[in-house]
Order: sequence, then structure tokens, then C-alpha cells
Amino acid sequence: MTAPADDLPAAPAFYEVEAHGTTHSGGGTLLGFWIYLMSDALIFAALFATFGVLSSSFAGGPTPGELFDLRVVAANTAVLLVSALTCGLAMIALQAGKLAAVRWWLIITALLGAAFVGIELVEFRELVAEGATPQRSGYLSAFFTLVGTHGLHVTFGVVWIVVMLVQLGQRGLHAENRRRLLCLAMFWHFLDVIWIGVFTFVYLMGVLRWS
Amino acid sequence: MSESATHALTGRLGLDSLAFLHEPILLWTFIPVVLLGVGLVALVSYLRLWGWLWREWFTSVDHKKIGIMYMILGIVMLLRGFADAVMMRLQQAWAFGASQGYLDAHHYDQIFTAHGTIMIFFVAIPLVTGFVNYVMPLQIGARDVAFPFLNSLSLWLTVAGALLVMVSLFVGEFSRAGWLNYVPVANLANSPDTGPDYYLWALQIAGIGTTLSAINMVTTVIRMRAPGMTLMKMPVFTWTALCSNVLAIAIFPALTAAFALLLLDRYIGTNFFTNDLGGNPMMYWNLVWLWGHPEVYVLVLPVFGIYSEVTSTFCGKRLFGYSSMVYATVVITILSYLVWLHHFFTMGSGASVNSFFGIATMVIAIPTGAKIFNWLFTMYRGRIRFDLPMMWVVAFMLTFVVGGMTGVLLAVPPADFVLHNSLFLVAHFHNVIIGGVVFGLFAGMYYWFPKAFGFRLEPFWGKVTFWGWVVGYWVAWTPIYIVGLMGTTRRVRHFDDPELRIWFVIAGIGALIILVGILAFVVQIAVSIWNRRALRDATGDPWDGRTLEWSTPSPPPFYNFAFTPIVHDQDAWYDMKQRGATRPTSGFLPIHMPRNTGAGVVLAGIALVLGFAMIWYIWWLAAVAFAGLLTVAIGHTFNYHRDGFVAPDEVARIEAAAMETPR
Repeated sequence: MTAPADDLPAAPAFYEVEAHGTTHSGGGTLLGFWIYLMSDALIFAALFATFGVLSSSFAGGPTPGELFDLRVVAANTAVLLVSALTCGLAMIALQAGKLAAVRWWLIITALLGAAFVGIELVEFRELVAEGATPQRSGYLSAFFTLVGTHGLHVTFGVVWIVVMLVQLGQRGLHAENRRRLLCLAMFWHFLDVIWIGVFTFVYLMGVLRWS
Repeated sequence: MSESATHALTGRLGLDSLAFLHEPILLWTFIPVVLLGVGLVALVSYLRLWGWLWREWFTSVDHKKIGIMYMILGIVMLLRGFADAVMMRLQQAWAFGASQGYLDAHHYDQIFTAHGTIMIFFVAIPLVTGFVNYVMPLQIGARDVAFPFLNSLSLWLTVAGALLVMVSLFVGEFSRAGWLNYVPVANLANSPDTGPDYYLWALQIAGIGTTLSAINMVTTVIRMRAPGMTLMKMPVFTWTALCSNVLAIAIFPALTAAFALLLLDRYIGTNFFTNDLGGNPMMYWNLVWLWGHPEVYVLVLPVFGIYSEVTSTFCGKRLFGYSSMVYATVVITILSYLVWLHHFFTMGSGASVNSFFGIATMVIAIPTGAKIFNWLFTMYRGRIRFDLPMMWVVAFMLTFVVGGMTGVLLAVPPADFVLHNSLFLVAHFHNVIIGGVVFGLFAGMYYWFPKAFGFRLEPFWGKVTFWGWVVGYWVAWTPIYIVGLMGTTRRVRHFDDPELRIWFVIAGIGALIILVGILAFVVQIAVSIWNRRALRDATGDPWDGRTLEWSTPSPPPFYNFAFTPIVHDQDAWYDMKQRGATRPTSGFLPIHMPRNTGAGVVLAGIALVLGFAMIWYIWWLAAVAFAGLLTVAIGHTFNYHRDGFVAPDEVARIEAAAMETPR
């Protein structure tokens, strides 16, 4: 090691020797969760691309125009979008520190989510009863997988809300719980965005093109 | 018990699934593996180390211990993958004309599939992830990664995937469909056995681990850098780790989706990749190569980072062209996403599409070439010290450049139509992966080993390792280039033309020379542990390093830095040494650290059971395992005591012990 050179300015501080907050801030969690959502979005991107490739591979089976009742799908879309609104109201209540309001809005959100999944399952059951099973054609394989993956995500979101309600009951608006609620809200809105894509490309454009 | 009852209980698993009972080769592999396993368990029990292993390693969330465990996994799996390679070389040198060699097609196909799968997913990925885990947080002056528990979970999921592949050696079959498990061979109609299922479940489980790890590392680099370390003051290895992990986040979803769709095809009979009812097998190829080509850069970018650190340190100079190195890394990251179709120019996508992907592929040579020149200019007029890490850098530059050139050759679509699926291609990618990734991993292991363990690796056996690998590589792969250029195709187990034989014999000799290198490496580690007192490094900075990891004692305390360093220069530690900065030895503050947890091991263990049950159609066990997975995962979220503070006098005690002269 050489001696300190003369032409360098006086040595500045090289170590943080004073206490200053904690290094593990919640910001890391939110950023990490954003990145997770982006990777999940890419899984959906792959499923959308697959659906695009197979969107006319009916193999002699039923086409979108014969399969879908847009009124039911529109109603279900409305259910999910209202749940986004109630989720947003839960976040406003969180900002205001109103625990009871947070819990009520979350309960309504979960019920709407469960209703969405329920309506989707009824739709799936009717399709299968008509013989439009995932095995019937490449198109139906892609349809059930894309829509079903979204439905599984919503189901997971409902389970998460239930767990969150228990934890809110135990600890209230604890810093950790606040952070989790923000992640939960991001997740829920992410599912809305994905559903807009599903509704547009799978249902609306499918029926327009193939009716 | 009736047949249906047995079926409900054990699925398609039966006594006849235990392949090693009927295959002499497998039996002779199985016996030593069992003896070794029993011996290891007995030794650990005899030394009463289970509690220590559990407390200090399995449940650890320390990024350094997790990094070391990734490295151990990678090295152990390297031995397995290399054993597969030697078996292939032996078969190809043997099976000419009337001789059928010693492996039938059924086994040969499993061996080349397992070799590729293991070498990429369970050797290269764990070793690279291990380096990123160990070194990157130290380089940025952090005390841990952003999500310590997630890091532990990632490791153990990768281990679970590796275990599933190992189980397939003895219980049932492994895939015969190539290292990316290609359809239509891997479709249920063509492979009704467990092979592709082992492949898919092992890689889905490990792949989730890799994705989570990448999210963790990117968040760490973005959020946890020491004060003063702006993006353009980050060490080059940290830059490459960042780009590599961003890329991993961008590509692993495509692989996860492709594998999930193939699983649906195989388990519920959908028609994504089938040949009938509207399925499209080429879609699988597009999806897996959309992952596969960038994956090469996920592996090689951090290794380029290792070369940069080693070159700069051992030439005693600041890295030449730091910012061009950073831009080259970013450009490679982006371009690597736009070239996947060159893996199947012969698909028939037409001249325009092939031209686009051919040109995009060739363009990657420009930033890569810039990097090579940067290393050369760093060496120019440097005081080069030819210690082991630097020897690997020189060997890399000489070897890798040839692989780069054959790569540009293969990127020309008309040339690719001739060389597609030939051994020339196989020689090319071994040229870049051995000459690029493996050599760099060795450079990194020699470079950072003293940091991790506090003593150097003994150089004599290291030189044997070096020459074994370098000479062995050229002897093994030059003949393969030659027969490939002559038109020999890959994945062939028997040849008719006796004139080709000499080349395969030479290649086999090359593999044996590499074997000498690998054995010398094992000997080197043993000898170094034995002589660790003589090889001890008390300074924490044995190579006169330039980046922050060398500013801590070796091995670093679990909190890495008693005081967070403040960065003023790219080569932060060199700058601190130049300006006479000294570590404060008093006035310690409480340090906020995560607590250990066993949740990662438990979750990965259940995932392993879930995978095994699904592979063998043991539905009740799969249901139980899935419920268990959910329960443990949710249960873990009820743990609010995940961190705590290390008291200042504890820090003072540890720091004083590190300062003491070694016993």
C-alpha cells in the first residue's frame, strides 16, 4: 500500500459512524413487489401470445361467436371493476388510519372477487357441458389456460385478503401490515389490468371476428 | 391388495420403477452413491453436526452462507454432469461399425439430456447465483440482501430441483428429449414415461427459485448501495449482476409458461404442442428459446464481471473503459432478447425474419468485442501478476474469442442451414460455455476464496487444474469442430464410418485430461483445507483489491461492515487505501439484522414431495403436499419477528477478534 498522495484533497468521511434510521425500509418491499408483478405480467404475456397463435385453431370445434354470451362476461367485468373501486376505498381508509373501514372495504372486495370467480366457474361448467372442453382444440386449450390463470390469481387474491383480515384483527395497522396492504392493492389492480386485456382480446375481439 | 387400491396409494410407482434393480450400470452407480450417502450421514451424526448444520447453514439467511451453499451445489452437480459427459465420450469412441458400445439408445438419450439439463440449470446457474449472492452485497457495502428469507427459499428450491433430477437416476426414467425437453418427443404420445415429468417438475421448482432470487438481487442493487455509490460508481461485477438478474426476470416467465403449458398437455390432455387438434409444436421451441438464448447471457454477463474485477486487480490498474464496459453490458442485455430465432433458422420463417435474427445475432459481437479490447487495454502497460485468477483470464480470452467467431459464422442463416444440428454447433456452444463461463467461474473461485474462508487455495494443484482444463478443453473440442464441419450430426450414439473414429478417440482423451483437472481441483481444496494455517490471509485483502469486499476481514463478520462505508470513487477500496482511510475501532452502533428461519428449507422440502407425487400420479400425496405448502407459506406470514439488533458490545467483540493475529 502506498502512502497517501500529496495532491489529493483532505480525506472526506469514509465510514458512516452516526446512527441514522434503519437500513431495511419498506421501500425495498414495494419495489420488489413491483418487479414480481412485472414478471407475472410476462407470464400473462406468454399466455396471451400463445392464445394469439392459437386464436383460430378451432380444429373443427366451436368458435367464440358460438361459445360466449357477452352479457354475462360484461356483468362479470363490472363485478371485478367495482371490486377495484372498493379496494381503492380500502386504501383511502388506510391512509386515514381507519382500521374498521379498511376491514369492511376489504371484506366487500373479497366477496366481489369470490363472485367473479364463481360466475367464471359457472361459465366454464356450461362450456364443458356443451363439449367445449380444454382438450377439444388448441384454441380452447389456450382460452381455458389464459382465463383460468387469471381466475386462479383472483382466487389467490381472495385467500390473501382473508389472511390479511385475520392479521389486521391481530395487529391492526401495524407498519408491516400497512406494507402488505399496499402490496395487496397493487396485486388486485394488476389483476384488473390483465382482465381488461382478457375481456378485450379474448371475448370482444373473438366474438367480433368469429360470429 | 387389489390393483386399483395399489394404484390409488402409489400411483404408477411400483417395484419395476426402481430402474437400478435391473440395470447393471445403474446398480453400480447406485451402490457407491448409497454408500457415500450413508457414510456422510454417519459421519455427520458421529460428529454430532446436525444441530450445527441446521442452525448455522440450513436455516441461515446470511447471503454469504447462501452463496457458499449455492457454490457447493454447483460443484457437486458438476461432478454428476461431467460423469455423464465422460459416458458419452466413451460411447462415441466405442460404438463404430459392428460394435454397439455399451449404452443402448434409451439410456444414451437420457444421458445427453441429463448432461445438458444439469450443466446449465444445476451447475452454471447455482455457481453464477452463488457468486452474485456472495460478492455483490459486499461490493455495494450492504449488510444483506433486500429479502433475506426469500434468498434462503430460492436456494432450497434450487436444491429441491437438483434432488428431483438425481432421484430420476434411480427411480424411473429421465427425459430423452434433449436439454430443453423438446416436443414432439416430450409429448405424452411419444414419451408416456416419467422422463419429461421429472424434467418439468424439477425445472419448475428450481425456476421459481431462480426468479425469486433475481427479483431479490435487482432490488438489492437498486435499494441498498452504500452512500455515495451512484450507478456509475458501481463495480463492474455489480453492474453485470444487475443486468444479468434483470434479464433473468424478463425471461424466466417465458420458460415457466412454456413448461406449464407442456405440463397441461401431459396431465390433462390440452393441445398446445401436440400435432393434432390445432396444437403447434414450434410454439414450444419459440417459448423455450425466448428464454434459452438470453439465459446464455444471464450466465456469461456476471462472469464478464468477474474477468473485469480480476483483470483490474491483477494488473494494478483501474479498468480501461469503465463506462464503455457498462454500456456494452446493457446493450448485450437488450440484444440478447432479440436473437432467439437463430436456434431454428430451419423452421421456415422466411428470408426477412431469418435476416433480422441473423444480423441481430452478429451485432452482439460488437459490444462483446469491445469488452475483450477493454480487458486487453487494461493489461497493456499494467503490472500483471500471473496468479491463478489471472491465468484463467488469459486462457479465457484466447479460447472464448474462437467460440465467438464460430458463433458469428453460425449466425449467417445459409451457413446455419448446413451446420444446423451438427457437432460443429455443439463444439461452438461448449467453446463459449467452457471457455467463457467455466473458466470465469474458476477465476472467480480462486479470486474470492480467500475472502470467503480466510485462506488461499494452494497454487500447485491449482495449476494442475488450470492446465488440465485448458489443454483438455482444446483436445476434447477441436476434433468435434472438425467432424461437425464434415457434417456429423449431434445426439448420435453409433457411427458407421470408421474414418471418423480417430476424432472421437482424441475427444475422449481430451475429456480424460479435463477429468485430471477436475480431480486436481478436488485435491486442491482438500490440500488447502489441510494446510489452511500456512495459507492463511490475515489482511482480508490478499490481492491488493480495489472494491469494497476487500475492506472487511476474511471471512467477513455476518453483518459484513461494522460501519457502512461511504463511497467516493469507482474503485472505492483502492481510493480508501490511497487516502489512508482506517476502519473505526470504537463507537459501534447496534446493527439491524434478519433472523434465521427454517421456513425456506421446509417449503422447498414440501415442494420436492409435491413434485415427486405429481410425477408418479400419487394424487393423495400431491394434495397433502399442496395443502402443506399453502399452510406453511401462510403460517410464515404470521411471523412478525424476522429481525433484530446486534448489540454494540457484541459488534466490538467480533471486530476485536477479527483484528487479532491468527492462531
